[in-house]
Amino acid sequence: MHDVLIVGAGPAGVNAARVLRKAGVRNIAVLERTREVGGLPRYCGHTGFGMMDFGRVWRGPRYARALAASVADVPVLTDTTVTAIEPGGVVHVATERGLETWRARTVLLATGTRETPRGPRLVSGTRPWGVTTTGAFQEMVMKGLRPFERPVIVGTELVAFSALMTARHGGVRPVAMIEENARITAQRPADVLARLVYGTAVHLETRLVSILGGEKVEGVEIEHAGVRRVLPCDGVVFTGRFVPDAILARLSGITLDNGTHGPLVDSTFRTLDPRVFAAGNVLRAVEHSGMAAREGQRAARMMLRALSGRLPDVRKAVPVERGEGVASVLPQRLYPAPKGNVTLHARVAQARKGMLRLVDERGRVLAERRVHALPERRLELPLPASLLEGVAALRVEVV
Amino acid sequence: MTGTTAEGRIYDVAIIGAGVVGCAVFRACVLAGAQTVLLEKGGDLLEGASKANSAILHTGFDATPDTLEAACVQQGYALYREICESMNLSVLKTGAMVVAWTDEDLARFPAIVDKASRNGVPVRVLDAQQARQREPALSEDVRGAVLVEGEDLIDPWTAPMAYAHQAIANGGMLMRKARVEGGARQGDVWRLDVAGKPAVSARVVINCAGNYGDLVEAIARPSPFTITPRKGQFVVFDKTAYELFRTIILPVPTALTKGVVVTRTVFGNVLVGPTAEPQDAREFPTVDHDHLTKLREAAFRIIPALIEHDVTTTYAGLRPATQFSDYQIEALDGLGWITVGGIRSTGLTGALGIAEHVVGLYRAHFADPTPLADVVVPHMPNLVEDLPRPWMQEGRGPIACHCERVTEREIETALTDAVLPVGTLGGLRRRTRCMMGRCQGFYCTRRVMELAQTHLPGLVSPIGEGRHDA
Repeated sequence: MHDVLIVGAGPAGVNAARVLRKAGVRNIAVLERTREVGGLPRYCGHTGFGMMDFGRVWRGPRYARALAASVADVPVLTDTTVTAIEPGGVVHVATERGLETWRARTVLLATGTRETPRGPRLVSGTRPWGVTTTGAFQEMVMKGLRPFERPVIVGTELVAFSALMTARHGGVRPVAMIEENARITAQRPADVLARLVYGTAVHLETRLVSILGGEKVEGVEIEHAGVRRVLPCDGVVFTGRFVPDAILARLSGITLDNGTHGPLVDSTFRTLDPRVFAAGNVLRAVEHSGMAAREGQRAARMMLRALSGRLPDVRKAVPVERGEGVASVLPQRLYPAPKGNVTLHARVAQARKGMLRLVDERGRVLAERRVHALPERRLELPLPASLLEGVAALRVEVV
Repeated sequence: MTGTTAEGRIYDVAIIGAGVVGCAVFRACVLAGAQTVLLEKGGDLLEGASKANSAILHTGFDATPDTLEAACVQQGYALYREICESMNLSVLKTGAMVVAWTDEDLARFPAIVDKASRNGVPVRVLDAQQARQREPALSEDVRGAVLVEGEDLIDPWTAPMAYAHQAIANGGMLMRKARVEGGARQGDVWRLDVAGKPAVSARVVINCAGNYGDLVEAIARPSPFTITPRKGQFVVFDKTAYELFRTIILPVPTALTKGVVVTRTVFGNVLVGPTAEPQDAREFPTVDHDHLTKLREAAFRIIPALIEHDVTTTYAGLRPATQFSDYQIEALDGLGWITVGGIRSTGLTGALGIAEHVVGLYRAHFADPTPLADVVVPHMPNLVEDLPRPWMQEGRGPIACHCERVTEREIETALTDAVLPVGTLGGLRRRTRCMMGRCQGFYCTRRVMELAQTHLPGLVSPIGEGRHDA
């Protein structure tokens, strides 16, 4: 019987392990299905990793090595896949030794996030080689492999500009970036940088109509202002539209939230299975690795309390619903408390200016602030937990 | 009999086209004792029509009675069941229901039942309640169903690969990237011109060229049929949907709409399709957003709970439709030629039956060799989700593709297989399932490329300079 099993050795899982180990929890293991520790940052060549957990700023691979070194004293089992978690802390594991059943007092899901590939986007065209996601592209470049030389980059979330940087490092020169909306999704100077530094044009209000080519990509058809034209290229990189990689939770019957598509959690990072916690980008897509790291640490502290029976009674949680204009809210259940603060995170699907509000079942506004909300950006609403005393239900809205 | 052929060698039989039909005919010819070569223009087996189908093992309940198609499908169905176990091919027992949604649909039930009985296939009519009892996930709008217990699912790629594998293991010769561009009959021998390769000589040519059937037929004679490829688009749902239902849900064919099939796959997904769109192009079929969206919505109307499940991927296939409804199979006596044309979507089931029929024609018209004794029977790797897979075994080594749980060893084995190594990335995907899962290669593309790059050149190139690591 393990006290803690952590699923996933990315920033959230490793940081949780560090905290638990430091607190003296001994019977703990991190289960990682790949051969390496570090998660997605392993293949992010750009800098900006490590500030939240190591107080340093590194490139992704260096950060991944720091994560690995930081849990040298914790059993990290790579090549180990968790296939299902049953109620009661029964964990099914596929290892080199075959299929095994383990037991744990608590489990942390830290399975991260991935991009949406072509399939679910229902994109038209042929199905040639050379259509990929940023993640796969970056991983190939990091390992010295180049699948194309002149791709089109679809999307303008931050990761699209990361793809652009990777391309440059790999000697790949993107033909263009295309974006359906009137402005880029990432912070604005990024498009200027793309043009000036990388010589890549950003086509706004431009739609990918179809992918062309036989064995390999030969071009894309794009549409702008009702006019269609063919852009010759030899690859297509679908960027962003991150989704929580919550398939383990789903297949295990752990309730997911309709807004985040990650596990439904309360403010102690507990899912509706009281032994199972979740942290990092499996909760929602997508935040930077520093946020995932911090959530891993915070979830670990909650798990410590769970191990000694000091977490609030789940029956006291107040559910938070998505109201007008709100695409997702996290966490989805809050606990009233005489002191301390909680912070709600919300996201919108469409740009929206107005008041971000937390309203109770009687329509009382418990907290609010003025926001200019953009898609893929986090809105924070901090509030004192004491405000939740006596409240039965909550709703977050942007009005 | 592997390696390149010496010029001057004369085969008994040259088969053109390594789709499911070509592979089955290949096997049947080799086992019948004919020295056989299979010529395939693509880089691997199953690169044409056989790449994309709905993977149903048909009983033939709805075939037009007394047609060659009906006979081949029935025989193919029986033969598949006979040989599958020995080659480790499986059958996923599902049954099928032809489901009625309207009065008009219901009115067609007697004809469906009558046809099934003329084809000798037992069926049973279910009322709406019974239909939903069998499949509670079906929409409440269901009006009734014709249940065909014998319809099942198979792995549509491993089966034909097993046929080809067995043919090669027993002395057959496979030539890939061997596009037949023309040919001439000199005396009793066909000399086939192969693009970029020495000509191939054979006494009898069997045209199994699928979507190119009429063009290949023109080598022997003006083709009596014209291929108008019919495109079928499909949407594949995530494995999370697999448990929703078991039975294949077939539409009632009407004059107006063909409707779509909603079915599980042996790989653990749910499939909806196909569309039926005539077109001119014979390869690289396109999917399109509007049709895919409509397919997905059609699936939601049939199994409403599918709305909770993600789409994993989409694809399109081309079926070699002709102006005739039946298969076009005949032996051209003086020409040393057997035509196997217009094999539509039933070809996956019909293949083994077609192959028996073709060998019969070969014996009746051209030669009567002694069947092979001591036949080698290959043991195919299992890709069926419900059965044990290598990732579950002790000492499995690393997993490369986590969505489909494909081990690195499975990939390496497919790439280096002594009898039939993988020839294309598509072939590798069909052979192992790598990159076929819900992430569509987000996690595994790099590792697959590392493993495949020396075997399948041209996918990736090395980056000389500018590699960065902190």
